[in-house]
Amino acid sequence: MEFNQILQYTLSGLSTGAIYALIGIGFSIIYNATGIINFAQGEFVMLGGLLTLSSLQLLKLPLWAAIPVSVAISTVVGVIFERLAIRPLRQPTPINLVIITIGGSILIRGLAMLVWGKDTHAIPPFSGDTPIAIGGATILPQHLWILAITLVIIVFNKFYFYHTISGKAMRACAYNRRAAGLVGIDVKRMVLFSFIISAAMGAVAGIIVAPLTMTAYDVGVMLGLKGFCAAIIGGMSSGISTVIGGLLLGVLESLGAGLISSGYKDAISFIILLLILFIRPQGLFGKADSERV
Amino acid sequence: MKKMIPLLSSICLILICATASLASGTIKIGGLFSVTGPASFLGEPEKKTLEMLVKEANEKGGINGMKLEAVIYDTGGDATKAVQLATKLIKDDKVSVIIGPSTTGESMAVIPVAEKEKIPLISCAAGIKITDPVKQWVFKTPANDHVAAEKILNYMTAKKQKSFALLTVTDGFGASGREQIKVLAKQKGFTIVADEVYGPKDTDMTAQLTKIRGIKPDAIICWGTNPGPAVITKNVKQLGIKTPLYMSHGVASKKYIELAGPESAEGVMLPAGKLAIYDALPKGDAQYKLLKGYDQNYKKTYGVEASTFGGYAYDAFLLVTGAIKKAGATPEQIRNGIEQTSKLVSISGVFTMTPKDHNGLDLSAFEMVKVLKGDWALAK
Repeated sequence: MEFNQILQYTLSGLSTGAIYALIGIGFSIIYNATGIINFAQGEFVMLGGLLTLSSLQLLKLPLWAAIPVSVAISTVVGVIFERLAIRPLRQPTPINLVIITIGGSILIRGLAMLVWGKDTHAIPPFSGDTPIAIGGATILPQHLWILAITLVIIVFNKFYFYHTISGKAMRACAYNRRAAGLVGIDVKRMVLFSFIISAAMGAVAGIIVAPLTMTAYDVGVMLGLKGFCAAIIGGMSSGISTVIGGLLLGVLESLGAGLISSGYKDAISFIILLLILFIRPQGLFGKADSERV
Repeated sequence: MKKMIPLLSSICLILICATASLASGTIKIGGLFSVTGPASFLGEPEKKTLEMLVKEANEKGGINGMKLEAVIYDTGGDATKAVQLATKLIKDDKVSVIIGPSTTGESMAVIPVAEKEKIPLISCAAGIKITDPVKQWVFKTPANDHVAAEKILNYMTAKKQKSFALLTVTDGFGASGREQIKVLAKQKGFTIVADEVYGPKDTDMTAQLTKIRGIKPDAIICWGTNPGPAVITKNVKQLGIKTPLYMSHGVASKKYIELAGPESAEGVMLPAGKLAIYDALPKGDAQYKLLKGYDQNYKKTYGVEASTFGGYAYDAFLLVTGAIKKAGATPEQIRNGIEQTSKLVSISGVFTMTPKDHNGLDLSAFEMVKVLKGDWALAK
């Protein structure tokens, strides 16, 4: 086994892992604010990619304008989803909410299929596709974009949750919803915020990966599941542990496919998911009963 | 007057129903396509093609003076539903022939019904099991997967490539291709140095390709349908792999070049049904005129390019109408007529049926093509 092969596996794994991490953080933000596992998270990823495609092709916007437009529209979809499907529930139990998000994801996916058809679409890379060599392994400029944007989002998250009033309020909701409500935090508004943030983040993830993975009405399913795995490994934290969870998942998948057998690639990630759920349900890095933000 | 409208329309409806069932000069063609569901990319163009052709034929006065009527049901890709609908087509709608189903699984499920009721069935699915062994009432129009595989291996023999790495998708199409390539490779003396797979929704195959790069085969054969092969094509470019890359006929459309990007796809070779590349065919090709006509009509009617899959329904329609013209319109006569088909120029190829061959296509159904500057060109 040559060194540059291992290096290539690791690099490929890291770039795939960054995508998982980004989607995973979306899962945990909503989970922390609301206690819901939002299985529609993958659909925002899909919407980001497909809306960018439409902005590029139908509205003829340049790429730098198409991205904010599609993030904005996806966020609006997130808001509508929260308003119409989550908020009206009088006595939400977790199981109801989870089922509603699954229903919502099927609905969004179905509508996307009607709007964009069943074909797969390609989006041009942000800055060319000339491979960059790193010590015998190669990555694409788009991979650098993914890593960089993931980094920016993590920093932004950290800042938001620890240095702004609404971020701190959202953390308060995560600790104890009731108590947060009692001290005057508008919990419902925080829930809405959490949907806004994670819809926007999902859309960003969808846009930056689309040039590599292409996009179609059903890309959200698998990416959503992998993001969910990342969030579980990270113990549903919206910080660095979910990111590490995602990267770990990506690298293990890639090494597994390269060194063991590509037939077991998906099995590897789901076995990790099951092991974590059985052995360390609080996540790889969490202490039992620890805070979740 | 307003009150009269429901009454009048129901009278009209009754009249229409009555004439439909009384009309002796109508030939009913049943269609079973998976218009929705996972195989909708097959069923949808098949349904549209059949509807378009029936309409065209009726505008031209029908076949032998008899009008055609298509009764088409959506199976949703579900074998159980396909069997129920096949029974409905035969018992209630009293069709003379059934075109479809779209997938191999559904076709295998419907075959016993067609055999028992003695109604000719022309499947639009590619699985070799459908017509091997030959069943009396069952035909199929897509060429067998192994014909495409053989085409690639023959080409590789000509280029003196001895070993190859196999990269197949983990669905029915990939599994069947993998099996048949392995058998053929053994017969023809190739060495398979790597046998890798990927999932239909996978978004990065650099791990598999890095492994293959380390083994240094003479060629890579990838067997799958979009978007996987497009991702693989990009990954190959990214990793700087210079090994010749062969794809299956499953991606023989402009869509593949568009997804992979013309630069990454440059030089990729694959066996293509002639519809995808009719522009690149020599002008003397027997199918050229028909292919061009189909593509242009389809574009005019539905606003999208005709696909190889719709072509399967086109073939079936030509087989049926050819048989009716020659032999007659009862199920028995249609079956016999189809079996006697000889050198019928159609979309998927030139069909010559025999009692021992109910597919009727050979290696000439495919051409080896190569991506050249974002378009298909014949591979020399």
